[in-house]
Amino acid sequence: MSNSLKIRTGLVLCCIVLALVSLGPTFFGSNLPDWWRKAFDPIHLGLDLQGGMHLVLGVEVDKAVESRLDTIVDQTEVLLREKDVIFKRVDRSPGERIVVTVYDEDAARQVDAMMAEEFPSLESMTLTSEGGYIQKNYRLSDNEIEAVREYAVRQALETLRNRVDQFGVSEPTLQRQANNRILIQLPGVKDPQRAIALLGKTARLEFKMVMEDANPQDAVAGNLPPGGQLLYERNVDPRTGAVTEIPLVVEDKTSLTGDLLSDAQVRIGNRFNDAYVSIEFNAVGAKRFDQITAANVGTRMAIVLDDTVYSAPVIRERISGGSAQISGSFTEQEATDLAIILRAGSLPAPVEILENRTVGPSLGQDSINQGIFSVLIGGLLVIVAMFIYYKVSGLVADFVLVLNLVFIMAILSIFGATLTLPGIAGIVLTVGMAVDANVLIFERIREEVRLGRTARAALEAGFEKAKLTIIDANVTTLIAALVLFQFGSGPVKGFAVTLSVGIVCSLFTAVIVSRLIFDLYLSRGKVDRLSI
Amino acid sequence: MQIIKHDINIDFVGKRKLALILSGVLILIGMASLIVNGGPKYGIDFVGGTLVQVKFTESTDPAKIKDSLASLDLGSVVVQSFGDDPKEFLIRVQVTDKDKNLSGKISGNLNMVYGEGSVDIRRMEMVGPQVGKDLRQKGILSIVYAMIGILIYISWRFELRFAIGAILALVHDMLITLGAFSITGREIDLPIIAAFLAIIGYSLNDTIIVYDRIRENYGKHKKKGFATVVNRSINETLSRTILTSGTTLLVVLALFIFGGGVIHNFAFAMLVGILIGTYSSIFVASPVLILWDDYRASKKKKVAAEGSS
Repeated sequence: MSNSLKIRTGLVLCCIVLALVSLGPTFFGSNLPDWWRKAFDPIHLGLDLQGGMHLVLGVEVDKAVESRLDTIVDQTEVLLREKDVIFKRVDRSPGERIVVTVYDEDAARQVDAMMAEEFPSLESMTLTSEGGYIQKNYRLSDNEIEAVREYAVRQALETLRNRVDQFGVSEPTLQRQANNRILIQLPGVKDPQRAIALLGKTARLEFKMVMEDANPQDAVAGNLPPGGQLLYERNVDPRTGAVTEIPLVVEDKTSLTGDLLSDAQVRIGNRFNDAYVSIEFNAVGAKRFDQITAANVGTRMAIVLDDTVYSAPVIRERISGGSAQISGSFTEQEATDLAIILRAGSLPAPVEILENRTVGPSLGQDSINQGIFSVLIGGLLVIVAMFIYYKVSGLVADFVLVLNLVFIMAILSIFGATLTLPGIAGIVLTVGMAVDANVLIFERIREEVRLGRTARAALEAGFEKAKLTIIDANVTTLIAALVLFQFGSGPVKGFAVTLSVGIVCSLFTAVIVSRLIFDLYLSRGKVDRLSI
Repeated sequence: MQIIKHDINIDFVGKRKLALILSGVLILIGMASLIVNGGPKYGIDFVGGTLVQVKFTESTDPAKIKDSLASLDLGSVVVQSFGDDPKEFLIRVQVTDKDKNLSGKISGNLNMVYGEGSVDIRRMEMVGPQVGKDLRQKGILSIVYAMIGILIYISWRFELRFAIGAILALVHDMLITLGAFSITGREIDLPIIAAFLAIIGYSLNDTIIVYDRIRENYGKHKKKGFATVVNRSINETLSRTILTSGTTLLVVLALFIFGGGVIHNFAFAMLVGILIGTYSSIFVASPVLILWDDYRASKKKKVAAEGSS
């Protein structure tokens, strides 16, 4: 055996052994020793095969900018009052602007000075006067708007990650994408509707005082008292499941928000066995809660989540311990989920579900079975066809075809790529095309044999002449496959992965491995005729 | 064994006019269908909407399913049976899941009508209109990028005229496959873009192998004329063409028959694409080279004639 032959044999054997070892965990799973399972992961199955949920959420960043402006409006009002500046009103207006309306030039100057000092991110705009008033316009700077948007998306990603972690899904994926989008993949999720309810909620928790002297019925009719807001309290009858909504007029101003929570837990009440959520405020929150309850004994305080009133208990006494409870008509599951989202924090802006693909586990299993069955049937037909057409040489092609499949799977497992249903289609296609390289070589060898060459010379010439053709033909297919990678994630990428891997593997198996097999055969002695 | 005798010499090039007519007719039928149907029928991936795949424990019919969803007020609802299973259906609605619980509502209504536990929501896909638009753009761009990449590669490895011939063959394959989708009323969604790119790859693979032989033979038999060289090259590679197309068709057929409903349209695209791709590398990509050659020759002659007079 020549040296080159020995090296090549060693190399190919190494590849085969490595491939087989790496596939151990995929096929034998828990029967293998620990070190083996730690070294190689089993092949990851895509959501379409194992079942699960693929979500793309869009963060409504403009809402985050609006709420930033609202905060500035509130702060401005407070500051102006503190400084005894007389003003008519402070408003948010379209175009990321804040308008402060005052009565005279003097006040306008004072406002200008204060705004410049307190809110450097605001740009002063032209001064407009209107019917005896002076309106000062301030605009949020472009940098600040960009920063608020950026922060909203980052914060949303963080909050969603917290929620997903508490939801208990193994190996979730959360990724930030372009255009303020967030991709979430939850493999094997059992209850997709619950997942959506958990992830899609903004979870903005607010405590607002009820305006006891306002008549809710008037408010429903459109007659809202100034500084008031109409909300609905949602009640579910535990026996019939019927939902009733009771109108409630609360103060527009938020007394306290959920940002100041330190913990939230589900508890079961001992009187009616109903679930409620017990919340703990942090130091600042506890102090504020203490003040509010002290000042409002006897009035009702509405606990509002995303503009729905959960309950509005009467404050019977000052509460100074920093803990409270949210009761309402919810099931234990709902209470658990509420505690989860309160712990995970609210989203800085609402999110919109832009894309949702959910595959149930039963369909995934069917797809795996049908996919594997097609690969087997297709592969078997090809193997038989090659044997009939090329006899013993056909068997060589068949062997490298099987080897090709092993290599594809091994590479998927080593690089942690994901196998999807289109990915299986890519493998099926590769099976068909992988033999092409061998066909090209064999046809060349046949031509050379017809020209009267010896077996060795025909082999040599056949491989050499076919090699360039094979490379040219495969590179172009590879170009097409690589373009598919721009789809980022999901089923199409799975196809691109297996197709590209398959092309590279078939080049290796056809040009190197099958050549090696022929060379080994020839090295054993004088061969007159090839079975081809 | 041999299917094609090695000394076979079919006059493919001579039949190029016939092939031109056949290709033209196929493309025209496809285009006519596209015009009648108002463009390609896009799936929810590209236009947005919601698709729910449901499986019942007993067989039922689309009309009854549609009736049981009427109270939800979903706008236009399309119910189709899925595969050959009389218990499995696809429900499509144009609305996207704004209220976040569409599949819950659908399963609620179906459970009410058919009895609790008698329906399994197997799959739910919701694509918002914006995402759909993005995906459509990406899909078209990816095909354009692939063509440009290929054009550059072939011009570099061969000559520009080979690249033009290959691209024309690809456009030919795309148009006919698109037409086949329109005639059979199949929807184009994301995996179909993958199929189209695979067809591009396959058709090209085939074309390049013929081109490679033309390049090799042209050096050896220049005197016999370009058309003869082309024809000879097609004949020499015919055996390989048929065998490879055959094996690839075998596996794609297996996928088409056994691969299940989710991948059915993908397999259909591949099936049509491989057949057309094989045909086009013989009857489209190669004759284009001859046309180019004839055109150049006649131009030269004209210049020469003008020069001598």
